[in-house]
Amino acid sequence: MSPDFHEIWVYLSASPLAGLTLTLAAYQAGMWVFERFGRRPALNPVMIAVLLIAATLMVAGIDYRTYFDGAQFVHFLLGPATVALAVPLYRQFQQVRRSAVALLVALLTGSAASALSAVAIAWALGASERTMLSLAPKSVTSPIAMGVSEQIGGLPSLTAVFVILTGIIAASFGTWVLNLVRVKDWRARGFGMGVAAHGIGTARALQVNEVAGAFAGLGMGLNGLVTAILLPVLYRLFFG
Amino acid sequence: MLGTLTLLLCCQLAGELTARLLHLPVPGPVLGMVLLFVGLLVRGGVPEPLQETAGGILRHLSLLFVPAGVGVMAHLNRLEAEALPIAAALLGSTLIGVALTAWVMSVLSRRGPDAETGSGEDAS
Repeated sequence: MSPDFHEIWVYLSASPLAGLTLTLAAYQAGMWVFERFGRRPALNPVMIAVLLIAATLMVAGIDYRTYFDGAQFVHFLLGPATVALAVPLYRQFQQVRRSAVALLVALLTGSAASALSAVAIAWALGASERTMLSLAPKSVTSPIAMGVSEQIGGLPSLTAVFVILTGIIAASFGTWVLNLVRVKDWRARGFGMGVAAHGIGTARALQVNEVAGAFAGLGMGLNGLVTAILLPVLYRLFFG
Repeated sequence: MLGTLTLLLCCQLAGELTARLLHLPVPGPVLGMVLLFVGLLVRGGVPEPLQETAGGILRHLSLLFVPAGVGVMAHLNRLEAEALPIAAALLGSTLIGVALTAWVMSVLSRRGPDAETGSGEDAS
């Protein structure tokens, strides 16, 4: 490496521009792979982008903090994006008002079951408290999950990883488990995917059936709200 | 675009301030979402520019998860040390969540007044 090039490299690796560009480029590479190989759930674009960036940082010897100085501009948009979820929520709210009671009961059951079973299984197998707290909000979309995780004493960045894995699991095994419990109603199938597996579950439901997709979007928005309100309260009850 | 982005940020800021001032255990952006939702209910519709901006951000929602996801680097030790409980908890709770939510909803809406027509349509 020539001295000039080395100096440029040192400058770039410490500036926000590199982290920001790397994030956008890696994500587009992830999208390309996802589209190119038939939109398979296992080839989640976020997963691919994360692996690409992590590998790049390790090879180049850049630490996560330096990278995040640049990537925080993308990360920041999670806030306005959460606010923007009000728009699809409103549009679907009008459309599905009729099954309000069934939706509400299913929502509360599913939301509580997702969070409690995650914590219970992790606890039974000897996970640490930090890990359990980071697991609790993993069924809701990242911006909300990370906010809740921070509030109850989990690790937001660890929660973000759990959220993505949850979505991929549901997208891969959702159809199988829904057939297993013999639910045929598209509204219920979609709602289950949205409540338990947020945006990635919703994207999967949309691929299968339009009605399922609409109810999945509704489930994702409503569970974000319920989890954000209920989990911190439950946490105070159990851990005081 | 600029106007609606400002609106989204204002909702977030108002949510953030409300959460801090009232010591509510809810993230600020979630309160911002509720605020905007109530605003839409009052107004009775989504204005075109808001629809475009929100649609634009939400289309690329998964991009926004990437920086936090790279945080996995900071947790490799923990993930390795607790691999079994983490894998079991994620797999088990996700499948339980999907199945239970869908099952409860299908049982309850079957009893509803318009359930028959509903499931008839869906089956086709």
